[in-house]
Amino acid sequence: MKVLMFGWEFPPYISGGLGTACLGMTRELSKLGVEITFVVPRFEGDRSQAPVHIVAAQDVVSNPENFAATKMSAHLKKYIQLNAALRPYQNLESYDEYLRKLRRQVPNCSGLPGFQGGYGANLMEEVVRYSIVGGHLGASEDFDVIHAHDWMTFLAGIEAKKVSGKPLVVHVHATEFDRSGEFNNPDIYSLEKYGMQQADQVVTVSHRMKNIIVHKYGIDPNKVQVVYNAVEKDDMSQLTQLSHLSAKRNKIVLFLGRITMQKGPEYFIEAANIVLQKMQNVHFVMAGSGDMATKMIEKMAAMRMIDRFHFTGFLKEPERERLFAMSDLYIMPSVSEPFGITPLEAMKHDIPVIISKQSGIAEILGDSVIKIDFWDTHKLAQAIIDVLSNPQMTQTMIENNRRTLEQIDWKYSAQHLLDVYRKLL
Amino acid sequence: MPTSVCFYFQVHQPFRLRKDYNFFCIGRDHFYEDADTNHLIMRRIAQHCYLPTNAMLLNLIKQYPGKFKVAFSISGTALEQFELYAPEVLQSFKDLAATGQVEFLTETYYHSLAILKSKTEFTEQIRIHQQKIKQLFGQMPTTFRNTELVYNNFTAHTVEELGLKAILAEGTEQVLSWRSPNYVYRPYTCQNLKVLFKNYKLSDDIAFRFGNKAWSEWPLTADKYVSWLDAIHQCHGETINLFLDYETFGEHQKRESGIFEFMAQLPGKILASGKYIFQTPAEVAATHDAKDIVDVHNFISWADTNRDLSAWVGNPLQDAALDLAYSMEGMVLETQDPQLIHTWRKLLTSDHLYYICTKWSSDGDVHNYFNPFHSPHDAFMAYANVLSDFKQTVEQRLSERPKISATPAVTAFAAPPSPAKTHRTRRKPRTV
Repeated sequence: MKVLMFGWEFPPYISGGLGTACLGMTRELSKLGVEITFVVPRFEGDRSQAPVHIVAAQDVVSNPENFAATKMSAHLKKYIQLNAALRPYQNLESYDEYLRKLRRQVPNCSGLPGFQGGYGANLMEEVVRYSIVGGHLGASEDFDVIHAHDWMTFLAGIEAKKVSGKPLVVHVHATEFDRSGEFNNPDIYSLEKYGMQQADQVVTVSHRMKNIIVHKYGIDPNKVQVVYNAVEKDDMSQLTQLSHLSAKRNKIVLFLGRITMQKGPEYFIEAANIVLQKMQNVHFVMAGSGDMATKMIEKMAAMRMIDRFHFTGFLKEPERERLFAMSDLYIMPSVSEPFGITPLEAMKHDIPVIISKQSGIAEILGDSVIKIDFWDTHKLAQAIIDVLSNPQMTQTMIENNRRTLEQIDWKYSAQHLLDVYRKLL
Repeated sequence: MPTSVCFYFQVHQPFRLRKDYNFFCIGRDHFYEDADTNHLIMRRIAQHCYLPTNAMLLNLIKQYPGKFKVAFSISGTALEQFELYAPEVLQSFKDLAATGQVEFLTETYYHSLAILKSKTEFTEQIRIHQQKIKQLFGQMPTTFRNTELVYNNFTAHTVEELGLKAILAEGTEQVLSWRSPNYVYRPYTCQNLKVLFKNYKLSDDIAFRFGNKAWSEWPLTADKYVSWLDAIHQCHGETINLFLDYETFGEHQKRESGIFEFMAQLPGKILASGKYIFQTPAEVAATHDAKDIVDVHNFISWADTNRDLSAWVGNPLQDAALDLAYSMEGMVLETQDPQLIHTWRKLLTSDHLYYICTKWSSDGDVHNYFNPFHSPHDAFMAYANVLSDFKQTVEQRLSERPKISATPAVTAFAAPPSPAKTHRTRRKPRTV
């Protein structure tokens, strides 16, 4: 089985679940014998005029960044970087912001909007530009199925399908509905819908998402497959070494994720305010960055929690690990979460977890986690107090989590995907 | 009757905090200051401003013995950094003091806004500062200026209680309305204290507009400036109060603007006309009677276009930080550890709040120029992290102390820290 996959760069070059999911999926698929030609966008700016940059597994490139990419992508048949200014979780504003920043950093950048061979003036243009280049791969590469991850690559997948005649799977990791609620962008919505309609199969990450796809996008439910995400487990032996750091006076309650409306950061802060009025020796930490970060800092300050509520900014891998090792409780208060991989990361570190019911992962986690409605800050606060004051309860939750983790693995997701591919041939 | 020309220069440097003081430092790392940056900045400003300008003033004083006088207020944090990083600057100020034609004012040692939160802290910081000035320059100050010229009736009244004779303030129309800053006034609530208001038009002509080629009066020559002074003299103005940030000379106004040449010529031209005498603020206060009582209920300052407190308080980040910092006063003093108390007081320097300002007017550019952080939120996070670590350090210290009690063998190791000891910060923002 050969797959042309339009995906996203692996960690640590990516922020958020998309890259992590791509890595986990492709690794397990390759173990099942699937040969993957993996295509990612990567902004080269002025450094490279070439639109396409192929990093072959056996090539050791002098650039250390590329070498790491090569190492991690050793399980792929081919790893192709397309020169594009696309990054995960972009919206129209963040794309403009990104271009502005790039232009400041690379003053001679020939990739200014409107120039030939340059970058799209806005996000939609860039997505179309990407699809044209990606479509060419439909002719040049050898594959049985096309697999496109997240709406920004759907058009590329469709172009490749047109050129090659091979079947297309679109993988819906999120939709405009859960990103932006009622104020979704009609262009992005249309593109998502078009992608799902043109695809031969739609794969998504939870039944919650399937419902949105069927009811908000009008897609036939028989065409939609639910394949749950999982979590990287290769590093688990290294984790226990860090646990000695957790001997300290204050308990730490953690929010780790993008600080954006979808993730419900304000509910975390409001619950923290309630807890801090009732409990001593508890500190709250909000780790990550996002469009709501400054507002959340101000909200927290207005509630006068500044000596017991801390922002860390965006954290890279070693500091993320350190923070998990220091934490006593993980909260995911998402307003609308398609799946939610980070609670699984917390569970790997033996941290009890409280998640919002409005998430995909709630479907596969049993009673080992506490589930609350995202808006119910009083219940959330009470749950936090319960967990932190009850070591017995914490211990039970941790043991249940360990058992649950055994059932969650990328190998199951990969097998499921392989079945989806097979049915299309 | 000659008009007094009263120059006062403000000299201040904060102990800037480390930009990289992040969450993981809390509880582990107790070094808050960015010594490298502070050192670098001190050397640079010494080279561009303090040394050449002091040398120029010393020359002028020698050129016009007994005739040319100026005043300085130097914050305690600046004095400490002279001792640490630029001792020759301190020596040059001592040389100026030795001429007998330079007055040294007093202010809060740590350039803080203690007046907003704690009268005891405010008076204590003044007392410490007065001692330092006496020790270094042999003068016991009688003139006071508050941090950033923050002023109101309560400030004046508190200062009068300390026995000081004169106080400086910004001459905004808000408080002066039809009155001119060119006279001496009495603050409402005071019996003896005199207040000198800055002539902000003439002061800012030098401090802000001097090098601006787009200014209608550019280039400003000494002759032109004296003609503006003449207009005041003609209307029988008694004093022209020119209050400037000392970094005007060589930093805000670069050498190329001609600021040094201007300042070198000015005293001569002023004295030559025969209409003026140079006086220090103390002399101005002693010479002239108070013409009227000025009632200033709300705080004013010399900062930004608003000339109020909005550069340091008003947004939730600043208010929360200010509250937290001062909420620790009781427990910090309780440790009786001079090192800890000193560290706490350095954290009260107003600059830390200034960097957290989120105003978006043209003032924003001024703030950005001074701000070592990329954004006010970054500045806030570093400051809040430092305050958190410091608070934990103090709590730790207090819990380790052996408790003195009538019953024997009761020590801090047996008893857990009592919850009453941890200060709870205010929930509601304090209205200023």
